[in-house]
Amino acid sequence: MVIGVKKVARPRKMSGGESLYLLEILKGLGVTMGHLLRNIRHQENIATMEYPEVRRVMPPRFRGLHRLMKRPDGTPRCVACFCCSTACPAVCITIVAGESPDPSIEKYPVRFDIDMLRCVFCGHCVEACPCDAIRMDTGWFTPAEHTREKLIYTIDMLLEK
Amino acid sequence: MPTFTINGISVDVPERTTVLEAAKTVGIEIPHYCYHPKLSIAGNCRMCLVEVEKFPKLQIACNTFVTDGMVVKSNTEKVRQAVTGVLEFLLINHPIDCPICDQAGECGLQIYYMKYGLHKSRYAFEDKVHKKKVQDIGGQIILDAERCILCSRCIRFLEEVTGTSELEFFQRGDHSEISLFPGRPLDNQYTGNLADICPVGALTSKDFRFKCRVWNLRGAKSICPGCANGCNVEAHFKENILYRLVPRQNDEVNQTWMCDPGRLEYKKANEGRLLTPAVREHGGLKAEAWEAALSAVAFRFWETVEKNGSESVAVIASPAFSNEELYLTRKLADEVLRTPNLGFSPRTSGDGFSDDFLIKPDKNPNTQGAKLLGFSEEKFEDIVRKISDGKVKALLVFGNEIADFSEEKTGELLAGVPFVVQIGTNEGSVFRAAHAILPSASFVERGGTFTNHAGRVQRFWMGFPPRGNARSGIEIITGLANRLGAGWKFAGEASVFRAIAQSEAPFAGMSYESLGEQGQMAGGKG
Repeated sequence: MVIGVKKVARPRKMSGGESLYLLEILKGLGVTMGHLLRNIRHQENIATMEYPEVRRVMPPRFRGLHRLMKRPDGTPRCVACFCCSTACPAVCITIVAGESPDPSIEKYPVRFDIDMLRCVFCGHCVEACPCDAIRMDTGWFTPAEHTREKLIYTIDMLLEK
Repeated sequence: MPTFTINGISVDVPERTTVLEAAKTVGIEIPHYCYHPKLSIAGNCRMCLVEVEKFPKLQIACNTFVTDGMVVKSNTEKVRQAVTGVLEFLLINHPIDCPICDQAGECGLQIYYMKYGLHKSRYAFEDKVHKKKVQDIGGQIILDAERCILCSRCIRFLEEVTGTSELEFFQRGDHSEISLFPGRPLDNQYTGNLADICPVGALTSKDFRFKCRVWNLRGAKSICPGCANGCNVEAHFKENILYRLVPRQNDEVNQTWMCDPGRLEYKKANEGRLLTPAVREHGGLKAEAWEAALSAVAFRFWETVEKNGSESVAVIASPAFSNEELYLTRKLADEVLRTPNLGFSPRTSGDGFSDDFLIKPDKNPNTQGAKLLGFSEEKFEDIVRKISDGKVKALLVFGNEIADFSEEKTGELLAGVPFVVQIGTNEGSVFRAAHAILPSASFVERGGTFTNHAGRVQRFWMGFPPRGNARSGIEIITGLANRLGAGWKFAGEASVFRAIAQSEAPFAGMSYESLGEQGQMAGGKG
């Protein structure tokens, strides 16, 4: 088998002045300075933000971190029906139900943990909830933490949000 | 035999068969709430309406008896409309609190609403008649009068099955409710059945309350290990936690019922379990790998037999183990250890409560099986005597307790034996005295057969693999025997049962296929 030989055009040899790149550097600096001046003049157009001090406004239907709603008296609205954990495709909701100390309420969640590491933010739990006890309208997305345990949100953390 | 036609299907059924039962034989389900095959017919829920040719009005299928040439239709628009109407009436005062109701998922109202209802409620919540919720009425039962559809199954059960008649209808019309007579709570050993027969969430189990949603549970056909009656049950579990036992129909044993103490038997599979093999060293238990533990035990037994003869080892079997495990235990003692010291005791601690229905005084599930496989109680007394005399140098104990011995008595007895091995499921007096622990699987973690008090051999199935590091009795005994040079090749309970059927006369001709779900009498008694 004959191997074909292809001639590749070599770049032209640069002259002495060109090989110093002086003009090109100045051109590049010009572009940078242009952007700098433009950004100083029109700061509202800057694309980057100083997260988390400044946060982007999320569209109203954005699904962020969950929160649990409260009744007017401060107790969780959740009745521990397990509809959210049944609907959850990521199996990230752990509920332990108990007999409520309040005689007018039968069932309440003793434990309600969401494993944020597992959650896929699909919103099925919100859809499934019969008492509007869980919402995903905090606008936050999963924050970083130093340990995995801190990303398993307990009922108290979810009620505070 | 009258010939009867339903929805165009003709079938011959015996005299005095109801339309509902006759329809069931050809696989047609007629919706019903108040009808229960093991109770008298009340005919008050009106859900089972069907069209009978030449009858001017719809008839209730549960209380219409089949006559020759009867033509019934259950799928016409007229029937459908009637059933939907009845269902709407039943739901008028229902609180629809499904999210907090334990019956949700196995509720008659939910099932038939999806099938026949799907209507919007025409009744405002404020107009509904409210009744008392969450009433502890004794036994294992919580009553929610609001959810009740007044089918009277519970009333008939307490009248006809237990004969205690604690519940009755009170008030009239919309305000009708079931309730107790003042100062007379449920007082019988069969209250748990009320939660099963209640087609809605009015009567729910106190023990199972809020533990788990039923749609998360999986079931395994099993046998209640609580007493010698061997009630057929379904064991409901999620992952490897057992949540409840509910009765499974077997007209020869328990019909569709089971007792309250039996329902709580599931707890033993969850609590106080032995989960890892362990060997006692310098007074403390040290967890071991299976291979090491089995080898250590086998070596001690071999050494004892070599030094002191096979008379110095003994095996105490347990009637809580399956026929398969008992057969291998006997084989181990007879053929491998070659010791005459093999016995068992059906005695158990506890009150030994019994009645003339389902609860038997013998609290072991397989005493009859042990007897049929040649285990004797006299031998047990003999072994106890030999242990007291200090003649037993190595002892293999099956089960968690020895007979009905107290903690102290077991401790004193076993203190005289230099090496005690326990094959058991739970912590108990034997566990605290044993030198080596080989944890075995609970009744829902392995398959096998039990022989009940009447000699009925019944199968139970594995629900989930043994918890922790526990192993089935068959694996443990085979492991020990093979380390002592037996060379057994049993693979699972089915192969052991085949061996039993071949060599043991009472079990001759049996197989797992012939046992089926309902069991078979040992000794060919039908």
